[in-house]
Amino acid sequence: MKNKNLIAIYDYTREEQTRLLDLAEEFEREPVQNILNGYVVATLFFEPSTRTRLSFESAANRLGARVIGFTDSASSSVKKGESLKDTILTVSNYADIIVMRHPRDGSARYASEVSPVPIINAGDGANQHPTQTLLDMYSIRKTQGTLENLQVAFVGDLKYGRTVHSLTMALTNYKTTFHLVSPGELKLPSYVKTHIKEKDLKYHQYTNMDEAIRKADILYMTRIQKERFSDPIEYERVKNAYILNKELLENAKENMKVLHPLPRVNEISEEVDANPMAYYFRQAENGVYIRQALLASILGVK
Amino acid sequence: MEKTRKELKVSAIENGTVIDHIPAKNVFQVIRILNLDECQEQILFGTNLESKKYGTKGIIKVSNRFFESEELNKIALAAPTASIIEIRNFQVIKKMQVEVPGTITKVVKCVNPNCITNNEQVITRFRVVDKIDIKLQCMYCEKMTEKSNMVFL
Repeated sequence: MKNKNLIAIYDYTREEQTRLLDLAEEFEREPVQNILNGYVVATLFFEPSTRTRLSFESAANRLGARVIGFTDSASSSVKKGESLKDTILTVSNYADIIVMRHPRDGSARYASEVSPVPIINAGDGANQHPTQTLLDMYSIRKTQGTLENLQVAFVGDLKYGRTVHSLTMALTNYKTTFHLVSPGELKLPSYVKTHIKEKDLKYHQYTNMDEAIRKADILYMTRIQKERFSDPIEYERVKNAYILNKELLENAKENMKVLHPLPRVNEISEEVDANPMAYYFRQAENGVYIRQALLASILGVK
Repeated sequence: MEKTRKELKVSAIENGTVIDHIPAKNVFQVIRILNLDECQEQILFGTNLESKKYGTKGIIKVSNRFFESEELNKIALAAPTASIIEIRNFQVIKKMQVEVPGTITKVVKCVNPNCITNNEQVITRFRVVDKIDIKLQCMYCEKMTEKSNMVFL
């Protein structure tokens, strides 16, 4: 996978994804390794994203690489009107690999076409965020011991949540059964469902959480944003219907784990945090290992 | 040729290109796509003409102009049924069917206002996912541009 860009999750084959998950396991066992000594990683965040950026920088630092970059476009030459192409061409002189987050859809693909060094997409607008998908897959495999034949429930905003779309598509390679819980206005779009149907997998749709929680091995929670609703009354009506609390977890299977891409607002009550089923902070930790695996394999040292 | 000439609604040309079987409602779009409004040569066209095959059709005849394949791609999107006929000395030299290509470059605008191609100087590229109803998937933002919201560049 040396020099291979990661722009969308499907740029990597199932075998390559597995190799990354295995490598991430290795880094979880031994997170500090001086294998990227002398390498420079650029983190170009044209829009702020604390978690993703810190987790990439942590991954790079733990492997001995140096990190350069900016944390939002206000502090970069973009403010002076520089094009993305010029920024990428310039920075590629200073770094061996570029990690970028950009507000425009498709910006990462474009950057990878003009860049002489490999690009890792850390989120391009509402389009792709493949490292999130990989860390979600890692968290699922780690907690369930496998990715095959699992019952995965997605709850909340399934229409606009790009993490849900990418993870759904990635899981269709693993005979997943999908339980989709959302208000009517925020159902999973048909272009994503098409991928489920193409693989002849089952999916069930619900407007309330109870049944899905009973069946799930993985409960993937997402935030419902007020601005997604055309009718504010409809938002008020549904906003409390998708809040996970202790009582709801009483009916869950023992092996069930709760995932959330974070940041959480109120869709998971804080009382759930202490429950052994709550896995979302560990999930965030796993992000460092998967990003170590990516940096190491794309830079060709693993 | 002889037996149809007496019925021609749009006169024959001596040299140039005939674009036939254009969907009647798209004739003006084809004219715009090919920048024929700026062309200095003689142009004859007709629309809402009778067609055995399609009911109605449009036709454009451009004297002394022969088109590059990139330009023909543009026609394919607005007029997938069009046939292109090259004429020299009133004779048909070459006849070909317009075909919608597998990828479309530099012809259509991406429908997504947040797409990088609408915000930086990036040449648009699309994968054609449906050649009949014309659905184009942007190779950058992955959003679908459909016939109903297609804007030509």
